Amino acid sequence: MLTRSPENKPEFKFDPPFARYELDGAYDEMFDAAGAPRAHYAALFRRLCELPVDELRRREQAAELSFLQQGITFTVYGRDEGTERIIPHDLLPRIITSRDWATIEAGLAQRIRALNLFLKDIYHEGRILAAGVLPRELIFTCRHYRREMRGVHVPRDIYISIIGTDLVRLPDGRFAVLEDNLRVPSGVSYMLANRRVMRHVFPMMFRNYGVRPIDHYGQALLMTLRALAPADRPEPTIVLLTPGVFNSAYYEHTFLARQMGIDLVEGGDLLVHDDVVYMRTTAGLRRVDVIYRRVDDDFLDPLAFRADSILGVAGLFNAYRAGNVALANAIGTGIADDKALYAYVPSIIRYYLGEEPILPNVETHLLTDETQRRYVLEHLHELVVKAVGESGGYGMLIGPHSTAEQRDEFRRRIIADPRNYIAQPTLALSRAPCFIDGQIEARHVDLRPYILFGEEATLAPGGLTRVALQRGSLVVNSSQGGGSKDTWVIDE
Amino acid sequence: MLSSDADSLYWMSRYLERAEHTARMIDVNIVLMLDQSPAFADLRWSRLLSSLRVTLPEGESLGARGITELLTLDRAGSASIIACLTSARDNARQVREQISSEMWEQLNRLYLHMSAADAGDIWNEQPHEFFRAIKEGIQLFQGITDCTMPRNQGWQFMDVGRFIERASKTAALVDAHYDELAEAQERDNGVTDYLDWVGLLKSRTAFEAYCQVYTADLRPDRIAEFLLLNADFPHSIRYAVHRLQAALKAIGRATGARKAGSVDRLTGRLQSMLDYGQIDEIMAGNMQAFLADIQQQCLHIHRSIYQVYITPPIESILQA
Repeated sequence: MLTRSPENKPEFKFDPPFARYELDGAYDEMFDAAGAPRAHYAALFRRLCELPVDELRRREQAAELSFLQQGITFTVYGRDEGTERIIPHDLLPRIITSRDWATIEAGLAQRIRALNLFLKDIYHEGRILAAGVLPRELIFTCRHYRREMRGVHVPRDIYISIIGTDLVRLPDGRFAVLEDNLRVPSGVSYMLANRRVMRHVFPMMFRNYGVRPIDHYGQALLMTLRALAPADRPEPTIVLLTPGVFNSAYYEHTFLARQMGIDLVEGGDLLVHDDVVYMRTTAGLRRVDVIYRRVDDDFLDPLAFRADSILGVAGLFNAYRAGNVALANAIGTGIADDKALYAYVPSIIRYYLGEEPILPNVETHLLTDETQRRYVLEHLHELVVKAVGESGGYGMLIGPHSTAEQRDEFRRRIIADPRNYIAQPTLALSRAPCFIDGQIEARHVDLRPYILFGEEATLAPGGLTRVALQRGSLVVNSSQGGGSKDTWVIDE
Repeated sequence: MLSSDADSLYWMSRYLERAEHTARMIDVNIVLMLDQSPAFADLRWSRLLSSLRVTLPEGESLGARGITELLTLDRAGSASIIACLTSARDNARQVREQISSEMWEQLNRLYLHMSAADAGDIWNEQPHEFFRAIKEGIQLFQGITDCTMPRNQGWQFMDVGRFIERASKTAALVDAHYDELAEAQERDNGVTDYLDWVGLLKSRTAFEAYCQVYTADLRPDRIAEFLLLNADFPHSIRYAVHRLQAALKAIGRATGARKAGSVDRLTGRLQSMLDYGQIDEIMAGNMQAFLADIQQQCLHIHRSIYQVYITPPIESILQA
């Protein structure tokens, strides 16, 4: 169990601006257990002690103004005015050593390789099912399994090109995988925007630290997409398909399209004729070869999937099946980030690669198993329960912070549909220093590195560190009041 | 370029032109109010409303203050400056990847500044300063656009939006002054209200430019000639139509659109009407019909652009 243990709580008294800083059972990114700054944080610690708080405040305001004027905002619904908010952003960087990063990089590359092989297998021979490594019903009951994809050849057998995996740091300092996001992971634009702003906020420190650059992400993404184009299309037309300006990630879609120099399209800009996808331009129709789609499977093609979708393109799936257009990511990849399947990922890695997983999973209880279900129902107050197909912090019960009614509600739901839920111990996510109300305080963080997968997996060094800005909160999702901070991978 | 992007750039630019025009009109009117009798001011405000095609609810009288606030801050009406800036920004958001970051940031800054404004901001300081800041904000956007945007189709569609709006707004403005123009012409060019004519010219930033050409001797036929037929002045209708024609020709070349000829014919016809028109003939004939015709032709050009480039019928594009 990884719950925090208050009895171990060391008593420290830090000097301002760290006066409100707490250390407890969770791993602290900046300080070791004795309260001394870790070597890679020492320079930042010294700088923070020197800088007057007013100066930090001024830099924080400058950073916020910069986000607002760039329009790096998300839309808050149900209000008339001021409907746009900037994503809460924390001023202080999170620093990761290149040694830790090497483990993350190797672990995620291994995991993505195995999951990609798994997807290919599931939609073709199904060897892993025949071998009995995982139960058939787990696949066929998954909401994101797409029967239509059976036997469909995808370009270069790459199902997942763009991945964002959520990692947490356990109390012993190891990183573990919390969640795989293999459908349409978002947030990479915040990673890049945070970096641009931070370069202005802490220019000197930035240089002295030797922070590894991430700015080439746009180009790398373009290359990843271009590699998916049909072989007979040497100068492929690549587009980014967005649900439109009302989508909360719309800023990111425009940002990535601009970074890559490709057109940003909505469903209405595209049409399919004779199994070929075209876009409507001022010069007539132009053939489209690769679509980086930020629209979920369900809404891609009203003829193949949800008939009421107005975001998609009628006939797109047939064009895809005919091999005339490539999609990134492929259709049906959500099967591999189902939270119940997550429990089997270590077995999947062993089965396809014959290797031991480099990054551990978080212990996960499957509620379809009767003994595990009984255990979970008895321990709801200390566990986290998640709906298997949800993301963004929705459909979640955090046992220690829940009310008796909420637990009863989840108990009923679990009994009614055990396949739809999993349970995990309440993790003491690691904590990192954040600048809050003129003080530096510790807040729980996770880490979402972004991976591009072609022949090889490549990671942008860093990723998005998400912060639970409320004191004591464990929820980092931006839809639930979380923020983000820049993440530095440094050469020691 | 994507048809929908062309659509957004066209409207972004058109709404900005409209916002700038409205801000200038209000500014000129407020300054003139200081020198004129209240009765005359009422006439000026109702003329301003009619040139902007804004009708007040039946029987309502808002006064200078109310009209100014309505034309500036009313989010519900589509004619106000804030509504135009909101629409311009919404369109810019749709083509965020087509315009430069500098352009977007300037437009966004202007929008954020204006959406925080209320009536107090207009009247507490000098109203002139308030409206000047809006005009300058839009002009700065134009300057940034000029420096950062490639002269591609997107640029041309922005020019189309800007100049089609300008041509038809200038025609509407002169039309709103028709009665005074005709009356003064009758009285053998006797200028009755000097300030009023200065106001008309200033509404199109034309006073100084007019003086360079005709001296400060203000005569109705010369004013009409300058605003309608001058080839070099950026706010004259003829100049705007020339720029419109040039932008549409460039788009036709870049796209090789089969039906570009139909757009070209419409703009060419309007252009030659202005190139070869004579002000004395126009004023002797039915000038109001002439001005209405210009606005009608602008509308036809707009429709034809949509027919060819933005929403062509599906059969025609599949054949191509």
